[in-house]
Amino acid sequence: MASVAATLVESEPGSFVFAAAGEWLVATAAEVDRRLRGLQMPSDKRVTLDLAGIDRLDTAGAWLLLRTEHDLAARGNTVEICNLRSNFAPLLDQVRAGGMVVPARHPRPAHHTIVGFLARIGEISLGIFARAYSILGFFGAVCESAGALLLRPRRLRITALVAQIEQTGVNAVPIVGLLSFLIGVVIAYQGADQLRRFGAEIYTVNLLGVGILRELGVLMTAVIIAGRSGSAFTAQIGTMRVNEEIDALSTIGLDPLEVLVLPRLFGLVLTLPMLTLWADVVGLLGGCLMSWASLGITPPQFIRQLQDSLYPWTFWIGLIKAPSFAFIIALIGCYEGFQVARSAESVGRLTTLSVVEAIFLVIVADAGFSIFFSLLQI
Amino acid sequence: MPDRSEEPIICVRGLVNRFGAETVHDGLDLDVLRGEVIGIVGGSGSGKSVLLRTIVGLNRPVEGKVEVFGRDVLRMSDRQRRQLENRWGVLFQDGALFSSLTVAQNIEVPITEYYDMPLRLMDEISAVKVGLVGLPEEAGEKYPSQLSGGMRKRAGLARALALDPEIVFLDEPTAGLDPIAAGAFDELIRDLKTSLGLTVFMVTHDLDSLFAICDRVAVLVDKKVRVGTLEQLLRDNHPWIHSYFHGPRGRAARASEAATLMTPGH
Repeated sequence: MASVAATLVESEPGSFVFAAAGEWLVATAAEVDRRLRGLQMPSDKRVTLDLAGIDRLDTAGAWLLLRTEHDLAARGNTVEICNLRSNFAPLLDQVRAGGMVVPARHPRPAHHTIVGFLARIGEISLGIFARAYSILGFFGAVCESAGALLLRPRRLRITALVAQIEQTGVNAVPIVGLLSFLIGVVIAYQGADQLRRFGAEIYTVNLLGVGILRELGVLMTAVIIAGRSGSAFTAQIGTMRVNEEIDALSTIGLDPLEVLVLPRLFGLVLTLPMLTLWADVVGLLGGCLMSWASLGITPPQFIRQLQDSLYPWTFWIGLIKAPSFAFIIALIGCYEGFQVARSAESVGRLTTLSVVEAIFLVIVADAGFSIFFSLLQI
Repeated sequence: MPDRSEEPIICVRGLVNRFGAETVHDGLDLDVLRGEVIGIVGGSGSGKSVLLRTIVGLNRPVEGKVEVFGRDVLRMSDRQRRQLENRWGVLFQDGALFSSLTVAQNIEVPITEYYDMPLRLMDEISAVKVGLVGLPEEAGEKYPSQLSGGMRKRAGLARALALDPEIVFLDEPTAGLDPIAAGAFDELIRDLKTSLGLTVFMVTHDLDSLFAICDRVAVLVDKKVRVGTLEQLLRDNHPWIHSYFHGPRGRAARASEAATLMTPGH
């Protein structure tokens, strides 16, 4: 490490010499700072800053010199700088011109105090209401746009709609199929294991039928699509916000809701029921194969038992839920996209938020449907 | 004024850059001298930014040699690269500030990376840099998204200067600024160059900047560069260079610079 020195000696009574030497650079700043803080500063004396020994100086070093000068002056000393090399003078002037700056405060989490913690709970609670209100507003605006579109159906963007159906529907077929198949296998396996104890293995089929058709088929599909397409909606629209593309659309006279939101919304409302149907079929297939393998229930037996166990409504209850889940996912995905501020960071944050929010609301809605259907006693 | 020795601080030889079928640079040679401000100009797509990115190692050329501080940038270990990187600073077009950090924290990123420094001192140094680039004191606490374009550029410059580098690379520092802010930025660069002894490598479209602060200008034409002082380039007969400096904007910039020089007391 380069040598640095900072000494303070009393040359004659009442007058001190502060001698600085070596390389006062950002690399040595920590060392210089340590030495400076070790010095016993005089008060109400004459102090000469002798800078003859300074070989190299940069802004960090210049700052330390100026800070020393300022500290000495603040203690009532008369400070004088001498022997400064001429080529360092502009640097010192430049830093001095910046003024005696106050270091910026770092953002510290406010919730580290009890009051801060309570305030934060309040803030978050109010935030939830504000958010719900704002989503409701977005919902209204989307409905208005959709209504206007229904009056003039020719304005529907068929190309965009088909593209959305491909991206959110067709491209999701493999992953939805695979996961549903596995869910069917797992339920059949676990159900068989439990029901065998009562000699009621055959009811595994009932469990599969009701479980998959009524709840799991649609719920799993909705969760997968929320993670896959809801996040994509937020990221796509959010990136367009960052790029000012949304503003560009408005100035061209296009309604961003009509161009961006409606194709996504209609696309997803159309595809999620179809994906649900696919998930139901593949899930039952997985359950059927597993029942055959572990319980010896042949496929014809499986189908007969399935027919006996299901009410006519069981299948439709699952399918009815799909469009409303699709609506929730698309609405939240697009809404969060529009909330993106002009920074790339907010795209990532809101994409995560959109997935969490969409899954949460889908499950809440599912619970609502359960209550509704039990009131109807179906 | 730091003495300007004739030793090149950046030395580019036989540079070839190709993207797909398109050749951007073909056997480009360029020397940048210590302590000078060199302006890089050229038409859109002539490879100004690519040249900058190649020198700082963000783009690997097809062929050629790039030496900075006399060391080959393209053939060095990561360790050597790190030592080199704290001797230069780069200001990207829109500042490229880290959006999740405040301005002060942005400036502290390179300092923390290279030096072990007490927090208090680091805060002081970042505040000095904020003042140095002419930002108001409270700007240090703000996030990049809360700043205007001009302030973001200044903040980006403050970060580029965090380690007191010997070279700063500026990518279109005045683009998108209003003329007053652009003029102030030019002045800032000139002041910093004088006080810190910087070598400045500046890609620009701004004719006023060229006339105001550049010691030499490198023009990218025909996939190579032509370097010279402004007087030399003004006499150049290459069609692009001629129309660049003798077009209406070029004439206006020259006239305004001449007027400033004739103002008494300048």
